[in-house]
Amino acid sequence: MLETFLQFLFSGITAGAIYALVALGFTLIYNASHVINFAQGEFVMIGGMATVFLADAGWPIWAAAPLAVLLAVAVGVALERLAIAPAREASTVSLIVITIGASILLRGLAQLVWDRNFHTLAPFSGEEPIRVLGASILPQSLWVLGGSLLAVLALGWFFGRTLLGKAVIATAHNRLAAELMGIETRHVMTLCFALSALLGALGGVLITPITLTSYDAGVMLGLKGFSAAILGGMGSATGAVVGGLLLGVVEAMGAGFLSSAYKDAIAFVLILVVLVAVPRGLMGARGAERV
Amino acid sequence: MIRRREARRGGLGALAAVLLVLPFVLPNTYYLNVAILAGLNAIACIGLNLLIGYAGQISLGHAAFFGIGAYVSAILTAGQGWPPVLALLAALVLNGALAFAVARPILRLRGHYLAMATLGLGIIVAIVLAQEVRLTGGPDGMPVPPLVLLGWSPPGEAAWYGIVAVLLWIAAWLSLNLARSPIGRALAALNASEIAAATAGVDVARHKSLVFVLSALYASLAGSLFAHYAGFITPAKAGFLQSVELVTMVVLGGMASTFGAVVGAAILTALPQIFATFHEYETIALGAILMGIMIFLPRGLVPSLARLAGRR
Amino acid sequence: MSLLEVQSLSKTFGGVAAVAEVSFELEAGHVHSVIGPNGAGKTTLFNLIAGAVRPSGGKVRLDGADITGLAPHVLAERGIGRSFQTPQIFAAMSVAENVMVGRHLRLDRRLLPSLLGMPAVDRANRAARERAQLLLDQVGLGQEADRPAGGLAYGAMKRLEIARALAGDPRLLLLDEPAAGLNPTETAEITALIQAIAAAGVTVVLVEHDMRLVMAVSDHIIVLDSGRKLADGTAAAIRADPAVIAAYLGQAQ
Ligand SMILES: Nc1ncnc2c1ncn2[C@@H]1O[C@H](COP(=O)(O)OP(=O)(O)O)[C@@H](O)[C@H]1O
Ligand SMILES: [Mg+2]
Repeated sequence: MLETFLQFLFSGITAGAIYALVALGFTLIYNASHVINFAQGEFVMIGGMATVFLADAGWPIWAAAPLAVLLAVAVGVALERLAIAPAREASTVSLIVITIGASILLRGLAQLVWDRNFHTLAPFSGEEPIRVLGASILPQSLWVLGGSLLAVLALGWFFGRTLLGKAVIATAHNRLAAELMGIETRHVMTLCFALSALLGALGGVLITPITLTSYDAGVMLGLKGFSAAILGGMGSATGAVVGGLLLGVVEAMGAGFLSSAYKDAIAFVLILVVLVAVPRGLMGARGAERV
Repeated sequence: MIRRREARRGGLGALAAVLLVLPFVLPNTYYLNVAILAGLNAIACIGLNLLIGYAGQISLGHAAFFGIGAYVSAILTAGQGWPPVLALLAALVLNGALAFAVARPILRLRGHYLAMATLGLGIIVAIVLAQEVRLTGGPDGMPVPPLVLLGWSPPGEAAWYGIVAVLLWIAAWLSLNLARSPIGRALAALNASEIAAATAGVDVARHKSLVFVLSALYASLAGSLFAHYAGFITPAKAGFLQSVELVTMVVLGGMASTFGAVVGAAILTALPQIFATFHEYETIALGAILMGIMIFLPRGLVPSLARLAGRR
Repeated sequence: MSLLEVQSLSKTFGGVAAVAEVSFELEAGHVHSVIGPNGAGKTTLFNLIAGAVRPSGGKVRLDGADITGLAPHVLAERGIGRSFQTPQIFAAMSVAENVMVGRHLRLDRRLLPSLLGMPAVDRANRAARERAQLLLDQVGLGQEADRPAGGLAYGAMKRLEIARALAGDPRLLLLDEPAAGLNPTETAEITALIQAIAAAGVTVVLVEHDMRLVMAVSDHIIVLDSGRKLADGTAAAIRADPAVIAAYLGQAQ
């Protein structure tokens, strides 16, 4: 019993770490611009697919992966500069449609540039499972956990310790005040899209050896990331991480103990229950709006 | 007010004229088929526009009601031998009840949280439809018997076109009537400021429920008809991408514009058909066009163009 | 008997007492004012009475009936109307339509006739439109009826809110800083408007910083400070109250 439980826990945490990265990407962009970027999952897809195709072309993984992440970052920057910035005045729903258009466009490009098949990537350090208390962990899971942890710590350092990070936070809190203080909020927006693409693509690189990837792999991952961000409370970075892990674990437990066919449904039932109980997510801002 | 009433009459007249002329200018049944599909989407979108456009409540799960309509019609006619019209009505009742049941808890949520909840609801429905294989045929879908109205079955595309055109026109008429009634004003009011609407005496929760149920009924009707017309349905019709497509149609055509919903549905149904010949580029073009329109005409096609026309 | 009875009404926001144990009674047909420095809890008091915010404690009675914690639309039905400190207008609608929403409770709101566009709905709309025009004329916005409300100047928005509230035929009208941001001419118009409303039998409660306006129209003044009621009485009594002078009037002059 304990073994099975641990087994599900490990796989849940692994998936949850990726959800957390995608959720953090959502949070970053949301805080800087109040845009929900529905192309977030496509960053994950680009990270995975680009690494696969570079590796197939003979590149070593240590070169292919960073290059793939860089490609996603370039796409993120292009998205912000070419589509989001010119539409600053548009309503929330219009902005949502723009990012949906971007995600459709990116999927189309991926089909054209790459293909419509499923692809996998060799695990970074072999496939020999590591035994822990009777359960087994794939070495790749450790890569996922380690990589995600590192990313979260780096992000924390960036926002807590660097001037640029503080400029981003200032912009998120009060755009006008930040501008008056001389912060170029335009660049802050671009930076947030770049960082968010970086996080997503990193997740894509790390998870592909476990889950396979394809041109449309980003759709479900994007949805799960969005769910995790909402679960934690949109705008809260801690909430994004907690929401991601919680979602991954509940999903894995549900799939293992209840019904694997309804794995995805369980995740969404959880979110509905949480939202009905706590309308702003677990760690979202409290308090009613004032009149 | 007067001007607006005339615009509404003129719009309904123009819609009738277009619907009448269309079958004569479309070169062949293939295009008629596209027009029928566009019409069915338009019916769903008119309903969704009441919710998103007028009341300002986003739903990213509306295809669920379309899908339930389609599957209830399919299951009751194919499996239980119900007459299609009765099955269609049963689907309306079921969808109405479901929408009513979830409306209050879900529509308390706002903005992105509401988007998430409706999205989740839609995905859950799509998953159930895909997993209950014995009832629904699973992910591969199920066949649906043809539509029969009082012993008469639409013999071909032309007859189907007629049915869809009439229903579409009625759907638009009802929506426009509602929009200018006190209920419609209450919806627009709660869209702008819930607290001000409530202070003016609008029961916000009740109006949100009402419009949610109405929009679910529109989608249900479109879904049931689609099932019979296509003769085959799959759970993908209830899925997330389908929901996104419906929202996109509404926003593209123009929020809070009944005719905008029709135009958006027509364009987004026809576009993929036009690009189908360059299959490789279809999704790219679709994505690029969506982004382009929303960047350059953020209010959507019909309101933006109406403004341009008004300025001249 | 008094129209509104407020008894030990309290509201805390995360530990901060915005309104603390406030009690008073409002006599029907009079103009009452609530004054106090910024953050004293005046708007919160309105929110509590009109149902926008649920009290943490205490009771509100309207005509002797307990209305504590009822929803805003129910209170509107009971005859409470209000305007907001920051205008909450329906920007995308015309000025007249804003007022017609205020008439919501008096109109035919059945679903089927609305969907079918039956003549009854048209008649209701026409009557509401005519009524809206009268009210807009009364607040000086008659010329703007068909303009989009979002394009109005700040002061005009505040007057539009009064017209919208009046459209519901309230017995009790709460006005939150109706003269804020107005020039002296407009303030004089608002003063006359408030007096006219009161003369028509509506009980008015005014939150206002303009002391000349307050003193000119009020039969009764309540002074709040840091959520507590400091004093409560006629204009003359308030003006002479040493505690009030120290806490509020003293700084203003
Ligand atoms: N929705 C709210 N959430 C938290 N604090 C609030 C809220 N509304 C009011 N407050 C606080 O309550 C106190 C009273 O505010 P308010 O009623 O607006 O005062 P006034 O209208 O007299 O200026 C203030 O300290 C304010 O910050
Ligand atoms: Mg105030």
